[in-house]
Amino acid sequence: MIRFDGVTKQFPDGTVAVDDLSLTAPTGKITVLVGPSGCGKTTSLRMVNRMIEPTKGSISLDGQDTGRMKQSELRRGIGYVIQHAGLFPHRTVLDNIGTVPRLLGWDRKRTQERSRELLERVGLDPALGDRYPAQLSGGQQQRVGVARALAADPPVMLMDEPFSAVDPIVRDQLQDEFLRLQDELGKTIIFVTHDIDEAIKLGDQVAVLRVGGQLAQVAEPSYLLAHPADDFVADFVGRDRGYRALQFQPTPRLPLRSERTIVLGEQPAAGSGAWLLVVDEQRKPLGWVEPARIGSRGVEDADLHRGGTVARAAGTLRGALDAALSSPSRRGVVVDDSGVLVGTVLAHEVLSAIEDTDRPERDEEDPVHGGAVALAEDGA
Amino acid sequence: MIGSLLSWLTDPANWSGSDGIPTRLLEHLTYALMTMVIAAAVALPLGLWIGHSGRMRWLVTATNAARAVPTLGLLFAASLLVGPVLKGDAAYLAPSIAVLVLLAVPPLLAGTYAGVEAVDPAARDAARGVGMTGWQVLRQVELPCALPLVMSGLRTAVLQVVATATIAAYIGLGGLGRYLVDGIALGDYPRAAGGALLVALLAIALEGLLALLQRRLVSPGLTGRGRRVGGSRNDDESVAAEANARTAVAPGGRPGTSS
Ligand SMILES: Nc1ncnc2c1ncn2[C@@H]1O[C@H](COP(=O)(O)OP(=O)(O)OP(=O)(O)O)[C@@H](O)[C@H]1O
Ligand SMILES: [Mg+2]
Repeated sequence: MIRFDGVTKQFPDGTVAVDDLSLTAPTGKITVLVGPSGCGKTTSLRMVNRMIEPTKGSISLDGQDTGRMKQSELRRGIGYVIQHAGLFPHRTVLDNIGTVPRLLGWDRKRTQERSRELLERVGLDPALGDRYPAQLSGGQQQRVGVARALAADPPVMLMDEPFSAVDPIVRDQLQDEFLRLQDELGKTIIFVTHDIDEAIKLGDQVAVLRVGGQLAQVAEPSYLLAHPADDFVADFVGRDRGYRALQFQPTPRLPLRSERTIVLGEQPAAGSGAWLLVVDEQRKPLGWVEPARIGSRGVEDADLHRGGTVARAAGTLRGALDAALSSPSRRGVVVDDSGVLVGTVLAHEVLSAIEDTDRPERDEEDPVHGGAVALAEDGA
Repeated sequence: MIGSLLSWLTDPANWSGSDGIPTRLLEHLTYALMTMVIAAAVALPLGLWIGHSGRMRWLVTATNAARAVPTLGLLFAASLLVGPVLKGDAAYLAPSIAVLVLLAVPPLLAGTYAGVEAVDPAARDAARGVGMTGWQVLRQVELPCALPLVMSGLRTAVLQVVATATIAAYIGLGGLGRYLVDGIALGDYPRAAGGALLVALLAIALEGLLALLQRRLVSPGLTGRGRRVGGSRNDDESVAAEANARTAVAPGGRPGTSS
């Protein structure tokens, strides 16, 4: 658990970058700091590993005041990922990853093994290990940056806009892998971004800062979307927040209809309706076809409409609604966790399910901290 | 002219004794080496420190200005000043080396400082961020990253020192400058030309040696000579090849191909 206690940072030139920040980042969770440019996100983050010293207040790690620890030791115990990866250009990828283990005095062999293991962990080809950073793409460098931060298995990670320098598709991919990795590792993470969508997607808890370095609100993403504390937060969270909040609503039991299906090569039976769902041998959906256009021949790959998204039955209401909205037949395809068809659902059925769900309850007493992640499990 | 130069160079009499080419060459090298050791001992730590701490940058500019002082005048002034104090050869050696050091320090200092200064701030920041101490940052990141510029400063300094060490002969010391000074004084032009040629050859040889050393010391990650996708090495140092090496990486380097 990382705890900010009335932390203020005023730079020598008088700029107040962070103003009386009190915030707790719970153990094993991702806390995202988000806000407009210059609101003090980086400054807040860097005060945790004392790359910047607070002017006032204190920061503690699992109850220990960081101000009393030795800087280099504190930092070796905290993974730190920065925006442009900041890899050491003269070291190979493997040596970059092994930086902290070497500083901690691990022998060469153990460091090498650990570095190789991490290379794979972050989804990189082991053959890249002997390359130099200049020979990697931006996305690959960013992964190496994450691997380097993870190398000595620190319980705490600080990440400053780690995915902002790559294109949107790669970013999405990196985010997904990051979440998968965090599922396995359960680190205590503070993650900085100026992108509210990234914050909502990644955060177990999102802290919104305003310029001047004040905390505007800290809450779980669904709460933030449902109950922004003030106009600034509401504005920052942006439009579509009602729709986006659906991604935090687990799908309740939907009234699924069974769907007539057909396999590639088969000929549609007479009277199959306007749209017919094509599945493979394992009953995994492939796409929709229009029997009227096929006539009396087998269904071919080229006949498939693949525009529709597929929702997981255990997924979110956003996924279910999107499946229905994007389906050419208007029937949203729902699958189980292994991708096998379980049925279809109509948009109005998803909507009535949405109407039946509860919105997170608003904490009237403390609109700023009300929706924060509960700390019971920390014993704090 | 060429013929007499050649016959001077190939005359066995010029290859032995206390005025023989091997002896003079060795003297010349000794002066150069002494100079470089002293200059490096001053300029390297100073340059590293200025680059690392960002303090006293003016010193780099100031030493650069010292290059403008005429070397020969300085040499005579220095030997007049030091001569009466020191005895024997030292009376000549000390001022000569001092003047040469003065010549070698500016390029070394500028190269070292510029090298450290030019280290990617993100890499330096990351080095501190992973918990390196100031000393470790300098030793493990700043110095290795600065090496290309340190080495080019060193090469410039060595060239200048080897060429200028000939002036030691003006105040009675040895080295290859002897042939030049004596040759001109005696009107023995083949000897003077031979001396000049030997200095030039020595400079070229040292330059080649240092280039090799640089290649060994500097990480391929900094020069674009690293392994490429196919695992082959690109040892061509030309800028064009460097650019090629970088673009050749790009197509195979899409992220996600491996995940
Ligand atoms: N070393 C410094 N000296 C003076 N002011 C500084 C210093 N570092 C940051 N600031 C100021 O403090 C404020 C907060 O900066 P910070 O870098 O924390 O913002 P940020 O939220 O990370 O912004 P961005 O999204 O642009 O990265 C800014 O107004 C910035 O100009
Ligand atoms: Mg920032």
